[in-house]
Amino acid sequence: MFNRILTLLIASLSLSLISLSAQAVTPAEPLWPTLKEVYFGDKPIREDASDLLVIEAPKRAEDAAIVPITVKSLVPQTADKYIKHIHLIIDNNPEPYSANFELSPDLGLINISTRMRVDQYTFVRAVAEMNDGSLHMVERFVKASGGCSAPAGKDAAAALARLGKMQIRMRKPVIGQEVQAQVIVSHPNYNGLQFDQKSRLYIDAHYVKKITISYNDKMLMSVDTGISVSEDPSIRFTFTPTEAGELKAEVVDTKEQHFSQQKAIK
Amino acid sequence: MCKYYPLITSLVLLLAAPFSYADENYEIKTVTTGIYYHQGVHQDPTEANMGAIANVGFIVGDNCVAVIDSGGSYLEGTYLRKAIKQHTSLPICYVINTHVHPDHLLGNAAFKQDKPIFVGHAKLPAALAAREGTFARVFKERLGSAYDGSEFIPPTLTVTTGQPVDIDLGNRILTLTAYSTSHTDHDLSVLDKNTNTFWTGDLLFMGRIPALDGSINGWLATMEQLQQQDFAFVVPGHGNASSDQWQQGLAKQHHYFTLLRDQIRIILDDLGTISQASKQVGITEQNSWELFELYHRRNITASFVELEWE
Repeated sequence: MFNRILTLLIASLSLSLISLSAQAVTPAEPLWPTLKEVYFGDKPIREDASDLLVIEAPKRAEDAAIVPITVKSLVPQTADKYIKHIHLIIDNNPEPYSANFELSPDLGLINISTRMRVDQYTFVRAVAEMNDGSLHMVERFVKASGGCSAPAGKDAAAALARLGKMQIRMRKPVIGQEVQAQVIVSHPNYNGLQFDQKSRLYIDAHYVKKITISYNDKMLMSVDTGISVSEDPSIRFTFTPTEAGELKAEVVDTKEQHFSQQKAIK
Repeated sequence: MCKYYPLITSLVLLLAAPFSYADENYEIKTVTTGIYYHQGVHQDPTEANMGAIANVGFIVGDNCVAVIDSGGSYLEGTYLRKAIKQHTSLPICYVINTHVHPDHLLGNAAFKQDKPIFVGHAKLPAALAAREGTFARVFKERLGSAYDGSEFIPPTLTVTTGQPVDIDLGNRILTLTAYSTSHTDHDLSVLDKNTNTFWTGDLLFMGRIPALDGSINGWLATMEQLQQQDFAFVVPGHGNASSDQWQQGLAKQHHYFTLLRDQIRIILDDLGTISQASKQVGITEQNSWELFELYHRRNITASFVELEWE
């Protein structure tokens, strides 16, 4: 596992270097064949896996800084057969590998939404990695937004002022019934690609790198997040509380700052 | 700050309004004594319109000229500069950028030869740093040859919120005011004291749909402040400059964002999503604004993620 993470890290580092220099124009050559090899090696990926997964994204990124993306599964998780990871890849972003959702077999049907930065025409892909290691992919094409939209935040000072503030939002939960919840943490999520004209240096990346959501200390999902994630990272998901307990969300950023929030369900 | 030049009154030139330069078809309209603007078209920026979609213009004092927003491309900047040069021999001493958006600022480089003082909000340099890369890539593609020569030039004189700055063009004082987050987090307005003419930058859109890139709550509060003011003339960021239409324009923009805020709050209370809000909110407004399709859903998204933290 660690090796794989290391490989991924090295891969995405070298890729982000490539794409930094190539960032000036929307790439004419599809990046996916290269990305696929870097992230998944020679493992086969079943494409158009629309019997298993659905990915929803707007046709046009209305706001480059906040593009809602939803991934749903069509087959319920079971202990024997379940989606262990969902890898979210945005081909033409500076760092294409955008998130890795590690999922519990207890989650039932997967229904996850998050918000990403998308500032040029790109494919957005969800690759499901089953517990048997097989890979299944769905994709959507997203057009870039127009005009003055940029992936940068709108009010840097406000975002910094409430850094680390968290919310767990949900409708009134009922034991034994599926409920939708949203975990949201205020964070500027600096992506390290912003140039400071005074110092002629790039502003250090500072972003949320991990969000872990658990119920009664049992992991529901653990998400590795990268620089594509929007300011104030948000994860919306459904789960079924089978007994009274505590829903907890824990967040770690790249400066090793920890934030957490919990909500009791009775 | 500016070299002193002999007084030349600009009154003579006032008579021909609007005037344009036949070779360019770049029309300059007179707002009032010594205040001129080119009105942008209500379109998205393209090579054909050279990005000239925002109101840009200039104010002439006894000593020198201040440019307020420099154009949506280097090419537009050169047209604006040519118009100024045909109009007056006074030097250009200030280029004021009301905010970071390319339709207001990409013409800066056309004025470099004048060695003006570039002026902006204290937060403009940070906004430039954060967006310059994206803007350069996107606008090079959109504007084609009109973009050639464009540069992102940061301000050398900055204005901080709560501390307005007066600049003197020679018997003509301009008051520059920096705002807390409204249309963007670095809006700057210009008030010409002689004529009580107020240049809003994008704090006011008329005709075309406003685009939110700051704070819905902040912008609404700023609009409410401006509604208390009694300006003789107002030059909005987009649409007609006037003495008698701006109050209605301000009320209409205020209505639009109030409606958005009210409807989004209801959806948020019910744990609704951005996608849901995009489909439902503000649709009654669609015939009230030009370019509605291009910016309305974006305004919803931007408002939604702000109101989530109330």
